[in-house]
Amino acid sequence: MTALDVYVEGIGLWSPQLGNFAALRERLAGATPDSASPPVATLLPANERRRAPECVRLAMEVAGQALAASGYDPTTLACVFASAYGDQAITDVICATLARAPTELSPTRFHHSVHNAPAGYWTIATGCRAPSSAVSAGACTFGAALLEATALALAERRPVLLACSDTAGHGPLAEMTRCAHAFGCALLLAPAAGANAQARLRLRVADDGTAPTPAPVLLAGEAAGNPSAAALPLLALLATQADSCRIGLSATTDLRVTVEPLA
Amino acid sequence: MTPVAVSAITVSTALGGGLAAQREALRQGRSGLRRNDFGSAPRLGWIGRVEGVETTTLPPALADQECRNNRLAWLGLQQDGFLDRVYAARERHGARRLALLLGTSTASIGATEEAYRRLDSDGRFPADLRRPAVHTPHSLAAFVAAVLALEGPSLTVSTACSSSAKVFASAARLLALDLADAAVVGGVDSLCDNVLFGFNALELISPAACRPFDADRDGISIGEAAGFALLERIDAAPRAPRLLGYGEASDAWHMSAPHPDGHGAERALDAAMARAGLDATQVDYVNLHGTASRANDEMEAALLARRFPATTRASSTKGFTGHTLGAAGIVEAAIALQAIEQGFVPGNIGTSTPDPACGAQFAWQGEERLVDVALSHSFGFGGNNACLLFGRAP
Repeated sequence: MTALDVYVEGIGLWSPQLGNFAALRERLAGATPDSASPPVATLLPANERRRAPECVRLAMEVAGQALAASGYDPTTLACVFASAYGDQAITDVICATLARAPTELSPTRFHHSVHNAPAGYWTIATGCRAPSSAVSAGACTFGAALLEATALALAERRPVLLACSDTAGHGPLAEMTRCAHAFGCALLLAPAAGANAQARLRLRVADDGTAPTPAPVLLAGEAAGNPSAAALPLLALLATQADSCRIGLSATTDLRVTVEPLA
Repeated sequence: MTPVAVSAITVSTALGGGLAAQREALRQGRSGLRRNDFGSAPRLGWIGRVEGVETTTLPPALADQECRNNRLAWLGLQQDGFLDRVYAARERHGARRLALLLGTSTASIGATEEAYRRLDSDGRFPADLRRPAVHTPHSLAAFVAAVLALEGPSLTVSTACSSSAKVFASAARLLALDLADAAVVGGVDSLCDNVLFGFNALELISPAACRPFDADRDGISIGEAAGFALLERIDAAPRAPRLLGYGEASDAWHMSAPHPDGHGAERALDAAMARAGLDATQVDYVNLHGTASRANDEMEAALLARRFPATTRASSTKGFTGHTLGAAGIVEAAIALQAIEQGFVPGNIGTSTPDPACGAQFAWQGEERLVDVALSHSFGFGGNNACLLFGRAP
């Protein structure tokens, strides 16, 4: 099976307990970081930041962290925004409005409801005219999006920003999505090692059944109840600089990822 | 790029189920649009509704995935012998070597809407709709993966109206990197209150059947559709028509309006041409995005006029099918491929007074014509643009 080598040049992370990737490192080293402040999404202009839904702010926060670490120019940087459920708060309020008084649906809510709202906001805020995408794959959203972003980086020989995030469920829909809290992460992936390369990832599509690596016990709180947190086993390896893991890729297959530190 | 064989394709729209129904209506210039008879009141505008979705039933083993969108997907998969083509490819390459990449803008949100209309006395979803499989954007791809018993990578692309065009690009990359030997691509979007009332809130729904590129156009007609294609390397299907190039780009402009200069659309076009190694004079037919919104058609008419010679023929087919949103990419890829196979350029129906911005490229009526290279435009909300170039096998 073909192996794909891709370089990590920036990492972003946000959960209610961990405000960035450094906080994850501290947690794995045994510290108990303070609770994170809400995602800021500093790349959004202040007026947009107030209007932007939580789901957009979360995705932009983690994407902005990874971008800042990498030093890439966002205007030419391809991006893949992944989310298992998209904007659950908007879905809840839209479905409630449609059930009650459909003609009262707000136009702003509607255009926020598209799955590519974070990609749209990101490209507008950063002036990005490169390819942008928005993807989803249920419990395997992170793995499938990692493969999509890596394939884009390698087939087109260009750096790719991958962000994967889900917010907490809202309203009656929350019983179906079982998303208990927000979690988002981002990886800046490049086809060749640049100045800020932190690690090399070697990806292979597994040729056996599915058995994703569980998150480290120390991260059990973050891992439960959010599909985007399927990234945690890999993020933990990037923090501790070692070894390999399996990330769910589909209902029948995993992605095998080996992390090789460079720094 | 290395061209990719489109070894099988099928679409079902308001024109009917399968390619023959599309061909017949396109040749006759017969629209599939009708006065809106779907969903919650008030029923606004006209729609492109697929016949038979209500009476389609899923096999009992897939009952937990029951919803309009998956019924439409099932209906679509039964057409044109598509299932047998996929089964043969699965036999040839192995289930793990077939990727599945599907586009949708709203997936099965209609089922979630229904659950909110029928909340029980505790404010919970009604028992028959407590099925997580249909309350997620990935419901379509998960359903189709189960139907086709595919075991390779599987992904939903949801970039509004460019969704099922972008899956061709993703699939081409997986094939180029040897991550798969074949890919099922496509998309399904079905009528739901979300889009009917959402586009209404944006004042983008025409009260009558849509009129793409008409001087007096006043908005879109929403349609539903299912379409699927099988992509393989050329050695597996040397005589099949080919994906020659793809291009993707972002506007960086506005969430629900295209950049007026069309620079994102033009970047996607340039990228597709560059990958195919073609220039505009070699494009025989352009299937336009042509939604009949004021903004899109103005931008796209100007793009066409400045980039293509009069020998390139162009039309929007939204007047036939309505705007099928996340399924528009696969529907219009199929129409572009049919233009190559049939030697027929469909007319831009619904229009009585062409917008003066439209150049000589427009085929207002259907034209018999040899088409070797056909281009399809798909431009979505959030400024998300994709262009696909298809060509005949040499």
